[in-house]
Amino acid sequence: MDILSLLPPWLLTHGVALLVVLPLLAGAAMAVIPRERIAWTITFMVMLICMLCALTLALQVIDQGRLSYKMGGWEPPYGIEYVVDALSAPVLLLISAMAVICLFYASPSVKAEVEPKKRAAFYGAFLICAAGLLGMVVTGDAFNVFVFLEVSSISTYVLVAMGHSRDRRALRAAYDYLILGSIGATFFVIGIGFLYMETGTLNMADMSNILDGLDGGSRVAQVGFAFIVIGLGLKLAMFPLHMWLPGAYAHAPSFVTIFLASTATKAALYLLLRFAFTIFDLSFDYVVTILSQFVLVLAVVGMVFASIQAIFQTDVRRVLAFSSIAQVGYILLGLSFLTLSGLTASYVHLINHAFIKGGLFLAVGAMWYRFGITRVADFRGLSKTMPWTMSAFTISGLSLIGVPLTAGFVSKLQLATAAWERGYGWAVGVILFSSILALVYIGRILRVAYFETPPQINGVEVLKNEAPLIMLIPMWILAILSIVIGINAGWVVDAAGRAAELLIPTQMIGRGL
Amino acid sequence: MIELLLNLNPGLIIILAGMICAVLPASQIRKLLVIAAPIAGIVSISTLYTDQEVIGGIIEVGRQSFTTLRIDSLSLIWGYIFCVVGVLNGIFGLHEKCQITDSSALIYMGSAIGGVFAGDLLTLFLFWEIAAVSSVPLIWKGGERAYAAGVRYLAIHIFSGVALLAGAIIYGRANGGDFTFGHIGLNAPGGWLILLAMGIKCGFPLLHNWMQDAYPKASITGTVILSAFTTKLAIYALARGFAGEDILIYIGAAMTVFPVFFAVIENDMRRVLSYSLNNQLGYMVCGIGVGTSLAMNGVAGQVAVHIIFKSLLFMSMGAVLYRVGTIKGSELGGLFRSMPLTTVFCLVGAASIAAFPLFAAFVTKAMIISAVIKEHHYVISFILLFASAGVMEHSGIKIPYFTFFSHDSGRRVEEAPWNMLVAMGLASALCLFFAFPFGGYQFLYSLMPYAADYDPYTADHVIFQLQLLFAAIVAFALLKRLRIYPAERRAEIIDFDWTYRKLGLSVVKWLGAMWMRLNAVSANMRDRFAGSLGRKLQQVFSPAGTFSAGSPVNLPYVLTAAMLFICLIGVYIGAS
Repeated sequence: MDILSLLPPWLLTHGVALLVVLPLLAGAAMAVIPRERIAWTITFMVMLICMLCALTLALQVIDQGRLSYKMGGWEPPYGIEYVVDALSAPVLLLISAMAVICLFYASPSVKAEVEPKKRAAFYGAFLICAAGLLGMVVTGDAFNVFVFLEVSSISTYVLVAMGHSRDRRALRAAYDYLILGSIGATFFVIGIGFLYMETGTLNMADMSNILDGLDGGSRVAQVGFAFIVIGLGLKLAMFPLHMWLPGAYAHAPSFVTIFLASTATKAALYLLLRFAFTIFDLSFDYVVTILSQFVLVLAVVGMVFASIQAIFQTDVRRVLAFSSIAQVGYILLGLSFLTLSGLTASYVHLINHAFIKGGLFLAVGAMWYRFGITRVADFRGLSKTMPWTMSAFTISGLSLIGVPLTAGFVSKLQLATAAWERGYGWAVGVILFSSILALVYIGRILRVAYFETPPQINGVEVLKNEAPLIMLIPMWILAILSIVIGINAGWVVDAAGRAAELLIPTQMIGRGL
Repeated sequence: MIELLLNLNPGLIIILAGMICAVLPASQIRKLLVIAAPIAGIVSISTLYTDQEVIGGIIEVGRQSFTTLRIDSLSLIWGYIFCVVGVLNGIFGLHEKCQITDSSALIYMGSAIGGVFAGDLLTLFLFWEIAAVSSVPLIWKGGERAYAAGVRYLAIHIFSGVALLAGAIIYGRANGGDFTFGHIGLNAPGGWLILLAMGIKCGFPLLHNWMQDAYPKASITGTVILSAFTTKLAIYALARGFAGEDILIYIGAAMTVFPVFFAVIENDMRRVLSYSLNNQLGYMVCGIGVGTSLAMNGVAGQVAVHIIFKSLLFMSMGAVLYRVGTIKGSELGGLFRSMPLTTVFCLVGAASIAAFPLFAAFVTKAMIISAVIKEHHYVISFILLFASAGVMEHSGIKIPYFTFFSHDSGRRVEEAPWNMLVAMGLASALCLFFAFPFGGYQFLYSLMPYAADYDPYTADHVIFQLQLLFAAIVAFALLKRLRIYPAERRAEIIDFDWTYRKLGLSVVKWLGAMWMRLNAVSANMRDRFAGSLGRKLQQVFSPAGTFSAGSPVNLPYVLTAAMLFICLIGVYIGAS
């Protein structure tokens, strides 16, 4: 890699730590910054640096493989170790890049939706949330994961509640999220506790080695695994544990919804992959049972039920929120095949869905910004009043349905192929059926936007009122990205393939089938 | 991959442009695409074609291979003329800033071209259905009145597609999995089904109603676009699959005659044109039935010129509708004062369709009729001649007379927009060019599928044709003078579609009433069941439903606990 040799050496060695420490410190500093403008600038600069770090790390991982960083110079397994490998590098890049893209959009959107006095604090909370998400992906220490999980969750509750100045229901949504999120975190920490009790270590790699030595017989580790799966299941909105998600997505400020929808559940999904496949692994029969049966059933039921529920929603943000739950179902379905192709499909959809759903929520946020609308019925004639925004929404929407030449098609095709290879012909049918349901809930919105005339106010048709350029740029970046991936998905699939190989090492292939 | 891209069906380029238009909000770029895409199509066809049959773009899906590209002397002229009329339509629609029209026009045009260049029946079926689905928005854009017509249109065309697919599968199975689209014939297994599919699309008598139902109700640009492609794709398919089937001669003859009567009494000018379109298709079907090289040349030539002059006529009526707001013969008249250029263009179109010497149809229609006579179908040839006089009557005289002359309606409107005038001007120029005795018709003949040694400008042909046309004019004048000619009344004529729009509807209504009356109990039960099912779904899934409820119901917590429990049991079972 020639690019790597051009970068300063301190970035190469300490980039891993910077990724987490920088937003964390900046977030704390935000508490004393009075001006919104300055707060935004600092936030943007910090996230830009984080994205550069993540990019550097991704390049380094491609070049050198697994990277390890010892926090404070303490040797693992005693000290905290930060690890970047083919599994975490793309997620890091995804989180930091989505943060940068969303921040473009933030300045008008936050002005419109958050009280003036709280705006600097809002950016602070956002930085801490981002630090937490990055931290839980980058750390190689199981307890540290819990800490960062809570860091990100608590700041997220605050961010969601900040939506109360535009919608009072945000408070209630944040409260629901707080309770359920805390239950999830508690379950997770109980699971970690059991593991610590059994292995005596918190370092993931070390834990994995010791667990292997236990020969699968440890009841304590088994109970720990169940708690971790349910705890993370709550965080990643696995089907019946998704109750907090629609409210949080629908009532939070637009900017928060966009960021959460494209990153928060993805980070939790990453953790599930990390714990289920690398700390535990497929040599344990109970892991195989849970993943290939329990998770499979929930994934399939979630894909269908959440999609049906999306059809019945009146609020576009809730439609998209339920669609997110269904998409989590797709990702879990791929995971539950326990094959390389299944995990690849799962990982591809994890990345694609972040772009797709981010793009959709960006467009919906812009519509709220201009017309204050979120209901499906209010989309009347938006193709005329906000043509560019509506077009971006349409591209991302088609991608969500899985129309050929879009990112959604790539991941659904991968998933269907993986299901076929696994011998699950019926799963292909479920994927198709769920896609048809997606066609219904997205098509319903598109029909209103394209085939009905703009509403009239005092007998005058509403005039064209396009979103500001700074809002259009991010949503078009994501829409075009969706098409680019649809046309050439090689790089995403390659990255996902590398992650999948890490999750199922050669000696594990075929186990649990 | 590269080989596949080089041999790309030109229709796909245009479909791709249409898909881009669907999501492109900038209307200037869209308009550029609408005109550039068909031009790219022409360029692509001319680079691909090399004087002999070109086959390419073979895609293997599973065990089935699709031949997506076949250009030979028969499909060539269709491809070119579709692209040319696509450009004209694009210019005609420049004033309309509508994303849906632009994209569905391109996708529809692209699928028609794709269908013409399809090398096997399955590919043809795909394009056949895309054409049906993508054209419906053009009808729906015609306003509320058009919605039901659009649904009927869609239902009929989807049925046609299904018949085609069923026929193709039977045909392909019988041929050992070979779906190549060549001559099929009625004796082949599945042949009748395929003929039915094509018959629906090109408006065989009693299968024709969708045309007069939907076309007049579509939007202004929509009708112009629709009139060009669907039926001509079907004519191409017939020419490819059923050339020389005798039954087509009789069907074609019937097709030329029956619309004449309806066209004469119809008031909606765009509907008159739809009937006249049906009548023109009759000549082509008849020519295909004869199937000799002269007849096939005539068919190909007639398709080419027909698309141009029929578009021209629809465009002129569209321009009138755009300016005046109505297209009812009873409310128009005297427009030549305010729309002189449109009048001239309409007259050129009328003269072309009536086959005046020096105007387009003169050089092609005669080929079909001569071919019919050469094969000794004298009765048929008389029918065709009678229908020619009928064409003169309703399209050549009635349309321009009632719209632009006749009694003055007192309407004073602006001349049509510049883009419409340009499109009509170009179409008129083509009409004149294709019949131009020195180099014009020779060029048209050079594109025909077989070598053509036919001279339309012989003295007896010219004189005969003029006699026929003047006789028709005299008849019109006489009838008008004696006040026998049916006056323009405000009414919608329902012909065979009476069976489903009136009879069918009343049967359904009667059944419904009986059902309600005689079976109140079962209706109640059914309502109760459907209602409760709907309510249940609402109760569970709606924003106020069980699944959406927050903490008061405690459902999330119960579920979490239940999941943990199940998961623990799972772990236990899995481990032991």
